[in-house]
Amino acid sequence: MEEIRIGVYICHCGFNIAGVVNVEEVAKYAATLPSVVISREYRYMCSDPGQDLIKNDIKKLGLNRVVVASCSPRMHEPTFRKAVADGGLNPYLYEHANIREHCSWVHDDKELATKKAKDLVRAAVKRVYRHEPLVVKEAPLNPNVLVVGGGIAGMQAALDIANGQNKVYLVERDPSIGGHMIQLDRTFPTLDCSECILTPKMSDVGHHPFIELFTYSEVEEVSGSIGNFKIKVRKKARHIDESKCIGCNVCEEKCPWKTDSEFEMGLAKRKAVYIPFAQAIPHLAVVDPNLCAYIKSDGKKCGACIKVCEAQAITPETLLKQTDQIVEFDVGTIIVATGYDQFDPSVIPQYGYGKYDNVLTGLHFERMTCAAGPTGGKILLKDGREPERIALVHCVGSRDQNYHEYCSRVCCMYALKYAHLAKELSKADVYQFYIDMRCFGEGYEEFYKRCSEEGVNFIRGKVAKITDEALSDEEKGKLVVISEDTLLGKLVRVPVDMVILCSALEARSDAENVARIFNLNRRADGFFLERHVKLDPVATPTDGIFIAGCCEGPRDIPDTVAQAEATAAKALSLISKGTITTEAAVSTVDESICHGCGRCEEICAFHAPKVASKNGTLVSSINETLCKGCGACAVVCPTGAISIKHFTQDEILAEVAALTEVS
Amino acid sequence: MEVLSPYKEATDVILEAGGEPLKLCYQCGLCTGICPWNLVRSFLVRRIMHEAQLGAVDFGSEDVWTCVTCRACVQRCPRGVEIIDVMRAIRRAVAGLGIGVVPDALRISAKNIAGVGNPLGEAPEKRNDWAKDLGVKKFASGTKILYFPCCVPSYDPDVKAVSRSTATIFNKLGIDYGLIGTEAKCCGEAIRKAGHEDTFQSLAQNNINLFTSNGVKTVVVSSPHCYHTFKNEYPELGGKFEVVHITQYLASLIDEGKLKLSKKINKKVIYSDPCYLGRHNEIYDEPRKILQSIPGVELIEFPDARENGLCCGGGGGRIWMDTPKGERFSDIRVEQAVGKGADIIAIACPYCFLNYRDSVLSMGKAETMQVKDIAELVAEAIG
Ligand SMILES: Cc1cc2nc3c(=O)[nH]c(=O)nc-3n(C[C@H](O)[C@H](O)[C@H](O)COP(=O)(O)OP(=O)(O)OC[C@H]3O[C@@H](n4cnc5c(N)ncnc54)[C@H](O)[C@@H]3O)c2cc1C
Ligand code: SF4
Ligand code: SF4
Repeated sequence: MEEIRIGVYICHCGFNIAGVVNVEEVAKYAATLPSVVISREYRYMCSDPGQDLIKNDIKKLGLNRVVVASCSPRMHEPTFRKAVADGGLNPYLYEHANIREHCSWVHDDKELATKKAKDLVRAAVKRVYRHEPLVVKEAPLNPNVLVVGGGIAGMQAALDIANGQNKVYLVERDPSIGGHMIQLDRTFPTLDCSECILTPKMSDVGHHPFIELFTYSEVEEVSGSIGNFKIKVRKKARHIDESKCIGCNVCEEKCPWKTDSEFEMGLAKRKAVYIPFAQAIPHLAVVDPNLCAYIKSDGKKCGACIKVCEAQAITPETLLKQTDQIVEFDVGTIIVATGYDQFDPSVIPQYGYGKYDNVLTGLHFERMTCAAGPTGGKILLKDGREPERIALVHCVGSRDQNYHEYCSRVCCMYALKYAHLAKELSKADVYQFYIDMRCFGEGYEEFYKRCSEEGVNFIRGKVAKITDEALSDEEKGKLVVISEDTLLGKLVRVPVDMVILCSALEARSDAENVARIFNLNRRADGFFLERHVKLDPVATPTDGIFIAGCCEGPRDIPDTVAQAEATAAKALSLISKGTITTEAAVSTVDESICHGCGRCEEICAFHAPKVASKNGTLVSSINETLCKGCGACAVVCPTGAISIKHFTQDEILAEVAALTEVS
Repeated sequence: MEVLSPYKEATDVILEAGGEPLKLCYQCGLCTGICPWNLVRSFLVRRIMHEAQLGAVDFGSEDVWTCVTCRACVQRCPRGVEIIDVMRAIRRAVAGLGIGVVPDALRISAKNIAGVGNPLGEAPEKRNDWAKDLGVKKFASGTKILYFPCCVPSYDPDVKAVSRSTATIFNKLGIDYGLIGTEAKCCGEAIRKAGHEDTFQSLAQNNINLFTSNGVKTVVVSSPHCYHTFKNEYPELGGKFEVVHITQYLASLIDEGKLKLSKKINKKVIYSDPCYLGRHNEIYDEPRKILQSIPGVELIEFPDARENGLCCGGGGGRIWMDTPKGERFSDIRVEQAVGKGADIIAIACPYCFLNYRDSVLSMGKAETMQVKDIAELVAEAIG
């Protein structure tokens, strides 16, 4: 066996390490350890000159093992592995000791910290001695992409990827794509009509040769890993024949069963068979099985739609026999864009939402101001009158530790939008109750100024109560909004006819389940967590899975679109490379001890081990492209036949023994 | 231009008492909008928080003494500011450091409490006289329950009905209970909120020593204020007892089938949540449960009940201070009760008793509206 020649490098990390640990002393100590040929300390090992020290020493001193003691391996283990490789060694003949996070940052006793740093270095030296060269392999990446959620975020990402002639599977839970944006009337700050800018995109998605659209569908299962995910989708029964439905809507006209339209926020009705809205993509009917009398009576009642559908898309067969379908396919990368829910303000009893007819949320107002909406674009009270005064209440459920502590980021701006629309579409006076005006985006401050010019009354204060109890004639029959005007230092009571609660954006009620399926992490506020808030904002801790739009936190459309495009770029860069590097530190099976019990096969989340008969006996073998080196199989293997390269029993025990040695 | 010249020592006291949350106040004004005072006059809670943050409190202002510590604002503050702690600290600065004026009425009560151990200035040895003819035993080690009625039901001729009813119920049910000796003093809850910290400390020490040396394990109280301080403040000072409010105790006896209410009271009864039972300690259901168990009683609710219940005006030491007519919360409440067609306002706190009694009298409603403690109603219904 060749002689082991180890080089040790202690990093100062400026004062981060050297301020607490006596790095010179550690370096001197390391030089005394067996097989250490050279030991140095340097201000910044990660800098080019620092890395050059390693490369030169490998060449000049014939090093064949390297240890760097510095920061956490998360950032710089790859840096130093690469330096070792550039110096001509196998990159796995390297070991990293963390003397910053594990030592200098958490201790202030210099002497003890220095001693601990020595211990950590000694353990690393003992371990690196036993390292073997490992080979990194490449595996092909499946170029197909799964996008989950067909709001503006999901659609934009899907289009960007599909326009590059890559196959996209877009899975949307609702019967149509569009998300919240298709419910909006006009969009701040430019007041573009949301429908006008969105329907062309929806249509593009619907007809794109490279997009396979699954609506009224949900992803049920994801397995595998980057480059090679296996997806199972449940396509819910629409109870119509999709290949025959021409979207004429005659069935909906004739269907006698009504309920509140989700799309119109309950301001209009839909039927048991319905097309969610005029521009729905796909433009197909869907039957609500909980409302349809034919389905509920097992074919004994109603059936009006069957009689009128000339295309024969609805039949007794589709209504009674059609079941959910499970569709399976493979992709290499996944983009999750499942958006947000609007906060339900009925949990704030003093605002009277659900109690007073004319206390509404933002999405109600969007539908009301929309020319194609239930009121034909008129702002109307429940009884059909026009309001004389409208109050806009900010921060409902946002910036409030009793509900959500975060700022929802769009409410100030959409409240201003409503102030403008109220002025444009009615004669009402507008009272806007705010705590701080947050108008940070492009053109936002200008929009604020414009609304001020239009004569909106701004009152600085968080609304305490909305009541119909009148204290004066002027208040009779009105909703009275009570708040301190904190700038006047006076309590004000403003009698109005309509109140719009600018409700928070919150994480979807099923975010927990989605997180589980896609192996995502959630922040304390419930939204999905990005890998790094500044430097890796659309990646997640799971390689190959990206997040875009409001599922990551509240944001406006410009930010949502930018993020969606970022996820597309991430996916496209993986696709254009075409391969993924597989883990080198994978597990191996010692066939002479393996009993073929199959526990490894059961535990592995990546389907890497397979038990098969070899020369008449059952033994396990590992598919190295699938193995992530997580070690689960090695733990459950009852005979100790499985070990993980780079983390062998011999190495770990040597490291532990070195740590418990008294220096 | 006004020059900000913070009174350093006082500012430190307040900032320390307000702790981190005070720094978090973002001046939204929700507290002002919620505070019941603004039903009757202007009281800018938010501005006081800002003054406290900057160390620019006006210690001479009557606003220092206004807060009734009802907790309505604290319950809803979006930033979790402990507004009552800040109010208390401001008062402490005035009373302790002498940088402002303590209102006369409060000064007298404070003197009484410090001197004779009760705010009414009554003789300490007469503390248990209310029970003289009821045959209540003195608490001795081994007695199961200590009944602690609070100073007002011990001395006030009207409010004695509360303690006497309680003893009557206990006697009928054969409960093993007793009264502690007349060395007992006021629980100190309200005087602490009124800024007299030293007085509170000495009252608490006295009571803790007395209870401990007598081997007290369980205390049943009539006042939510005693309940609050025994349960939430005494433990830090070494006094650890099981504390039970009389409504909790009676409700549990009903649950266990030990207390049966058979006599009818055919009345419309409206229940007023005491702040210190409700918002401070989240006891809302037990009192209602008892009232609903009385045959004949039709229980009705105030427009603002439970978490939103309106204070009677007596917390935070306000019970000893004068509140001019037109500014009394209990007047509003009586008005509401009349509006709802109630015959009886049921209460579960001696301060509420005093305030509602006065309101009913001064508003000339004594003929048609009765004020009764839940214990009184139970004693009547028990037959
Ligand atoms: C009242 C109001 C007014 C607004 N006005 C404006 C404005 O004027 N200008 C502006 O810039 N922004 C505005 N916004 C913000 C805007 O709505 C968002 O920025 C945008 O809609 C976010 O898009 P998204 O695709 O991330 O989420 P969403 O629009 O919520 O889309 C998510 C999609 O995913 C689907 N989905 C969810 N879960 C699953 C699942 N498990 N499987 C499959 N599919 C799923 C949903 O059905 C939905 O179609 C407003 C927001 C509100 C509440
Ligand atoms: S409610 Fe809380 S945050 Fe708002 S002004 Fe009052 S103390 Fe400050
Ligand atoms: S505790 Fe009650 S009285 Fe005091 S400031 Fe808050 S709401 Fe007002």
